[in-house]
Amino acid sequence: MGARVNTAAAGTANWVDERTSIGGFVKFFARKLFPDHWSFMLGEIALYSFIVLLLSGVFLTAFFVPSMTIVTYDGPLATMQGVEMSEAFASTLHMSFEVPGGLLMRQIHHWSALLFTAAIVTHMARVFFTGAFRKPRELNWLVGFTLMILSLAAGFSGYSLPDDVLSGNGLRIIEGVTRSIPIVGEYISYWIFGGEFPGEILIPRLFTMHILLVPGLILVLIALHLFLVFLHKHTQYPGGGRKHTNVVGLPLFPVYTAKAGGFFFVVFGIVALVAAVFTINPVWNYGPYDPSPVSAGTQPDWYILFVDGALRLMPGWLFDVIPMEWEIWGYTLSWNLLIPALILPGLFFGFLALYPWIEAWATGDRGEKHVLDRPRNAPVRTGIGVALITFYVVLVMEGSNDIIANLFHLSLNDLTYFFRIGIFVLPVLAFWITRRICFGLQRKDRELVLHGKETGRIVRHEHGEYVEVHEPLTDQERWLLVSYDDIAPLEIEDEYNDRGVRRKGYRWDRFKKWLSHLYFEKRISPVTPEELEAAKHEHH
Amino acid sequence: MSTTENSTGHGPEGSETTNGFENPGMPYHRPRRADVDPKADKKAERQVAALFGVSIVGTVIAVGSYMALDMTDEIDSIRFVNMAIGLGIFLAMMGIGLGAIHWAKTLMRDHEMVEERHALRSSDESREGAIQNLKDGAEDSGLGGVKRRPVLVGSMLTALLAAPLAILWPQIGNMGADWNTSNFGHTMWRKGMKLTRDPDGTPIKASDVTIGSAFHVIPEGLNELEHHKIEEKAKAVVLLLRLDPRDLNLQPGREDWSFDGIIAFSKICTHVGCPVALYEQQTHHLLCPCHQSTFDVANGAKVVFGPAKRPLPQLPITVDDEGYIIAQSDFHEPIGPSYWTRLKDTSDGLHADETEGSSH
Repeated sequence: MGARVNTAAAGTANWVDERTSIGGFVKFFARKLFPDHWSFMLGEIALYSFIVLLLSGVFLTAFFVPSMTIVTYDGPLATMQGVEMSEAFASTLHMSFEVPGGLLMRQIHHWSALLFTAAIVTHMARVFFTGAFRKPRELNWLVGFTLMILSLAAGFSGYSLPDDVLSGNGLRIIEGVTRSIPIVGEYISYWIFGGEFPGEILIPRLFTMHILLVPGLILVLIALHLFLVFLHKHTQYPGGGRKHTNVVGLPLFPVYTAKAGGFFFVVFGIVALVAAVFTINPVWNYGPYDPSPVSAGTQPDWYILFVDGALRLMPGWLFDVIPMEWEIWGYTLSWNLLIPALILPGLFFGFLALYPWIEAWATGDRGEKHVLDRPRNAPVRTGIGVALITFYVVLVMEGSNDIIANLFHLSLNDLTYFFRIGIFVLPVLAFWITRRICFGLQRKDRELVLHGKETGRIVRHEHGEYVEVHEPLTDQERWLLVSYDDIAPLEIEDEYNDRGVRRKGYRWDRFKKWLSHLYFEKRISPVTPEELEAAKHEHH
Repeated sequence: MSTTENSTGHGPEGSETTNGFENPGMPYHRPRRADVDPKADKKAERQVAALFGVSIVGTVIAVGSYMALDMTDEIDSIRFVNMAIGLGIFLAMMGIGLGAIHWAKTLMRDHEMVEERHALRSSDESREGAIQNLKDGAEDSGLGGVKRRPVLVGSMLTALLAAPLAILWPQIGNMGADWNTSNFGHTMWRKGMKLTRDPDGTPIKASDVTIGSAFHVIPEGLNELEHHKIEEKAKAVVLLLRLDPRDLNLQPGREDWSFDGIIAFSKICTHVGCPVALYEQQTHHLLCPCHQSTFDVANGAKVVFGPAKRPLPQLPITVDDEGYIIAQSDFHEPIGPSYWTRLKDTSDGLHADETEGSSH
């Protein structure tokens, strides 16, 4: 039996290989090494929740009718009897209440969309804080960045499809923001909605975008993202035996296939459990879209909250005297929309996209970096990362200010005033505190290397002195604490050469020098072997 | 080179030392219990098989629930069927996942291996070859080299840049319907049109509107519209309120736009267009729940807090012979959020009698 199976397998393999030369491919990939760390699973969660999205999404398309034609509801839901609604909303109710398991699939789809965006953002944070975006991975950072933006587009377009009151108001906000764009805004709005808001064509257009354009792009970019991961080989955390020139890990087949493959089922299982137990987006409670009603305390999905928060934060009148909507030469310029909804997210995302280059200018380093940084060993980067997160969290909290105010019995207006100041102050504070903490941890690491670990064992010397015995670190432990890159600030050539001629590119160099000093002026260098030797003599 | 090369503390590529310390090499590999104890090995194997068994049970639960449970019109029965299938899927997936991971962690060889990396840069020969190939191609075609054909290159690039227009122009041209964005500037309100209740469309008498009350209003005849009903509603919804006339500061030029403390404002926020639905009777404040722009009804709905800049547009109203509240005209300015040419659609707002309907 076994032998026959083997012969059959060999026969098939031979048949395929003679037509595809897949043998070389398998030889190359089967034992490719992957370093192991829990934080490398964040990107996997993003990938797997996307697969769950595809699977559940195909089911939903079998029942959803992307049409804004008005029908009168006649189904099992008593509260909606006789209500006029679009076919999109009616079909959403139908699949939820008349298709066994339909509601479950909707909830699996929605929960995994939330997980998808959340996993992308946390994965991105991991890549940022460990410096995994450095050469040669700058391009892959951009691919990942684009995937993050696409995930927002996928989420928002899907959220809008059921055509309920909540998502309809979300679309109306989009329409208002679009209109505010100078000169072309009104026409872009007409282009999107096929005329005036809401029109009769938007849901079919969003549907195409949601099930074809955006997921198609996401698939292509995921393929590129993973191809580059294979090409570059995965980064690894520092440790004994690990270098910028090697990769230490377990083979793709079988260990990684089992672990990563198994993890897909775990992610799917957890999403299914959450979707089975917790209701999400109960559109049957909100009702179909109607431009008139809206209820308090309603919020978009989490990944859109920051834009909503920015819109809330921005005052229409600065200090009650300076209007944030200008009328110049008979035209209207709405800074109160342009700044929070377009300029601010543009700057935020732009900075994020360009960050690998900004840091490369500061370090001046041109080598390939495959060993990750411990965040403490890059204090300015870590500070910037925490500042960005703080900035983002302030916006998210302002986006939920009504809920926070309600929960903690605070004044809504006071909260907004607080966040209006906080958006400027808190990120700076977060940067400063984080950098201090990093320096503190680096000093602690130096202490450990120089003096070893505390053992809790107190010894009394002959002359009466009490000392605690310190145990020196093992080679492995010490290596982790001393092997990080100690980067000195850039020095540049003078502005004028010997003959007093101003050299080209000086200004650019001066900028890089300024940047580099910002990063590395103050730094804690790792212990040197000489220092370690000296510390040993001090003790004995 | 203008900047000095930076030292990162690392020695030459692949060197075994960093910052003067020697890389200690791979740490000692600690065997797991299943590696040394055959009993533990057998136990782990049983655990993995049990987990795969859990998955099979989950599949049976999911399929069984779908087939056996009936869904009635009761919300609870719908919830129950979905939950049972969901829990089945949970077990079916989780069993496979945990089984595979447990197998990998306890029984598969866990010796870490080392592989050298190679610099990504192509070899010098490859680069030279690539450049030569491109040069040859350019030479063969006339794109470059000795027999360069600039006329062909120029005309081809122009054609390539222009060609997308042949597709995009008609496509985009059709996507914006009539592109008549001046529609932003007016609503269906006309002189003499009754203010009616949202959503049933019954007219409102002035005597129905008690002090402190608020009505959600749509124009008479909205519900009978054959086309663009939602678009018209999205612009025409109004809030009708009655204040004690002593609290109401009538705005200059609008003294006759309200009736005995009854006043009507557009319900669409001047910020980004959410319905301004929350009315606080005591302070006479209208709050938009989306971004919390707050308007003071007693003072011409001017902004007292939040991101909106302009007051809510006021609908001039009066009362007809039968006591019903009617509009004097359309709004005198575009309702809702701002846009570039907004002022072009705005009349001066002072001569209510002269502007009727959409004749701005």
